[in-house]
Amino acid sequence: MKQLMLGNEAVARGLYEAGCMFVSSYPGTPSTEITEAVAKYPEVYAEWAPNEKVAMEAAFGASLAGRRSFCAMKHVGLNVAADPLFTISYTGVNAGMVIGVADDAGMHSSQNEQDSRHYARSSKIPMLEPSDSAEALEYAKLAYELSEQFDTPVLLKMCTRVSHSQSLVELGDRTEKLKEYVRDVPKYVMMPGFAKKRHPVVEARTAALTEYAETAPINRLEPGRSNKYGFITDSTCYQYVKEICGDEYPVLKLGMVWPMPEKKIQDFAASVEKLFVVEELDGFIEAHVKFMSIPCSGKDTFPLIDELSQNKIAEALHVPFEQGIRLEETIPPRPPVMCAGCPHRGLFYTLKKNKLTVLGDIGCYTLGAAAPLAAVDSVICMGASVSGIHGFSKSQNGAMDNRTVAVIGDSTFMHSGITGLVNIAYNESNATVIIVDNSITGMTGHQQNPTTGFNLKGDPCAKIDLETLCRAVGIKRVRVIDPYDLKQCDEVIKEELSANEPSVIISRRPCALLKYVKHKAPLQVDTDKCVSCKACMKIGCPAISIADGKAKIDATQCVGCGVCQQLCKFGALKED
Amino acid sequence: MKTKNIMIVGVGGQGSLLASKLLGRLFLTRGYDIKVSEVHGMSQRGGSVVTFVRFGSKVYSPIIDKGEADYIVSFELLEAARWTEYLKPGGKIIVNTQQINPMPVVIGTAEYPEDLVAKMEAAGLAVDAFDALTLAEQAGSAKAVNIVLMGHLSRNFDFTEEEWLDAIAQSVPPKFLELNKTAFLLGRNA
Repeated sequence: MKQLMLGNEAVARGLYEAGCMFVSSYPGTPSTEITEAVAKYPEVYAEWAPNEKVAMEAAFGASLAGRRSFCAMKHVGLNVAADPLFTISYTGVNAGMVIGVADDAGMHSSQNEQDSRHYARSSKIPMLEPSDSAEALEYAKLAYELSEQFDTPVLLKMCTRVSHSQSLVELGDRTEKLKEYVRDVPKYVMMPGFAKKRHPVVEARTAALTEYAETAPINRLEPGRSNKYGFITDSTCYQYVKEICGDEYPVLKLGMVWPMPEKKIQDFAASVEKLFVVEELDGFIEAHVKFMSIPCSGKDTFPLIDELSQNKIAEALHVPFEQGIRLEETIPPRPPVMCAGCPHRGLFYTLKKNKLTVLGDIGCYTLGAAAPLAAVDSVICMGASVSGIHGFSKSQNGAMDNRTVAVIGDSTFMHSGITGLVNIAYNESNATVIIVDNSITGMTGHQQNPTTGFNLKGDPCAKIDLETLCRAVGIKRVRVIDPYDLKQCDEVIKEELSANEPSVIISRRPCALLKYVKHKAPLQVDTDKCVSCKACMKIGCPAISIADGKAKIDATQCVGCGVCQQLCKFGALKED
Repeated sequence: MKTKNIMIVGVGGQGSLLASKLLGRLFLTRGYDIKVSEVHGMSQRGGSVVTFVRFGSKVYSPIIDKGEADYIVSFELLEAARWTEYLKPGGKIIVNTQQINPMPVVIGTAEYPEDLVAKMEAAGLAVDAFDALTLAEQAGSAKAVNIVLMGHLSRNFDFTEEEWLDAIAQSVPPKFLELNKTAFLLGRNA
């Protein structure tokens, strides 16, 4: 019986069936559900690591020990793990090791639109790219076979439309195959003398994988009725090409995008009048085809930026398609917002009120950059707020120290904020770092992390104490505030900004969406007292609006956090 | 069978994931090929969200493009107006008339357009507008808006009431089954 499965769940199923024993990941949209789904199979050990580098190295350790292993991350997470990636390429594996990476063309939930396929070429590691859930399951299993056959880690590349689309899969059984740990110093100790001997092994492996690619069934040639055009494509773009062209033109679908089957590509190019390469983001395949001196059209025809779709391909090929009716009306945008009762709101209100320069970070609290709070000056990547404020302060000799803060979440702090804090303590900048501790990894959908006291399976476990940790690296001024208490927020932030040494302020209140969080009754508006000053609107709470000139509270959304109440000078917002 | 396309649009948190799950279960029972594309991550935080559901003999693309949707089911009025361009000529928009102000409207930098149903109809769009929120509250929870809308959508397909109710039973926790069945029937008969 076929089942409908999310691409990410299908990867998890593939890991399970392949006998994977160890999974370590850091959450990141669109990769998160792979690890959440695999954690439901009791045969597989699965965990959230503090960051992607740790996850990949842990997965390598498991492979070295003789257990099939996996780690998952989003595209930018692979940057964090790039260090082990390039050297695990040299050592190869003992038991099979697969690295899941999910790109986010269109930036549905990301800070950039990088194309992870470049990592396969530069780290000399084979990369498989499924185009739907059935392939996600099949390729995950195949990846382990290739990993062990060619002694290499294997990259399994997903993208938003494959990860977050459900399609039909057929399930198989699990087979476990354990290997013994065997000490092999020249293979696994990558000091120059040994690494020099491994590099030729890596190049020979790429040559062998190129040979394999020529006959690999996942590099599939689908014939067409006409050879006027031919398409080389991969991932979800394959689906768009088929949607528009059906069986009219031949398609070479690359299930393994690195290394590429050069002979097969040459033969395919020779069999068609005009060759197109259809791929999302960069012209990765196109560049290689052109490197082989084969003429083709790629990014000169199809967009380089944003995700593709069937219509974008039809338009580029001048294939007619239906047009819908656009309403001649200005439709206001609906950007994502902090939820009603979000503990970040009170903090960002205070930062904005004090006109502070705010170096932000990655998480729900990135939304502090949106109107009306609009309190964030920069967001780069995980941890960059804490590292950045140090450079900001030092380079100006502290000129703006009394009005600059870094804001980072609990999970992001554990990911890579702590190293920046060590730098602040060690190189002595007078930075003020605010850790917004909402006791969960929020944006990716409530994953546990080292500060929450629970593990991936939801079982109680060791809990990192943020205050102790910050003091241990040398920060003497560590304060804790409740972001629902605006007065306290204001006072403590002012005190710490004026202090002559670095401080950490922990703004602590669990995410309002956590099930265990008890909410108060929705607030009521006393319309007689409301003078329509709109002070309550300054916090951008989705539960508050103005109706007939008076404040109005949406009782289905309001959780009674009371932040708006503290802004009302007229006592118009009251408890029930 | 030629692929049918259903777009579910609304505001993050309104329960479109459950609606698409229900449709997936339903179409699976008839042996169709299916693709459902969802939104996760940042866009879910109260933003405009869209889910694509496609079924037929063979479905390639996981997404629905402009001019392709047979049905747009909108959980909120403004969202229906936002996505009209995705409707296929001859397609239908099923819309809950509930209005949820987006943040630019809340803070007064934009206005919620008036008379959207009339404007959509005047533009030549087939619009089936009704108050799903009141029916959901009548069924026992405002959160059942999604199932009320599925009930209303069900009138356009030849699946039996039993087939729909079975799919609901597979998609919701047992303790909410009765509420959701009531919501479905209220929507179906509205």
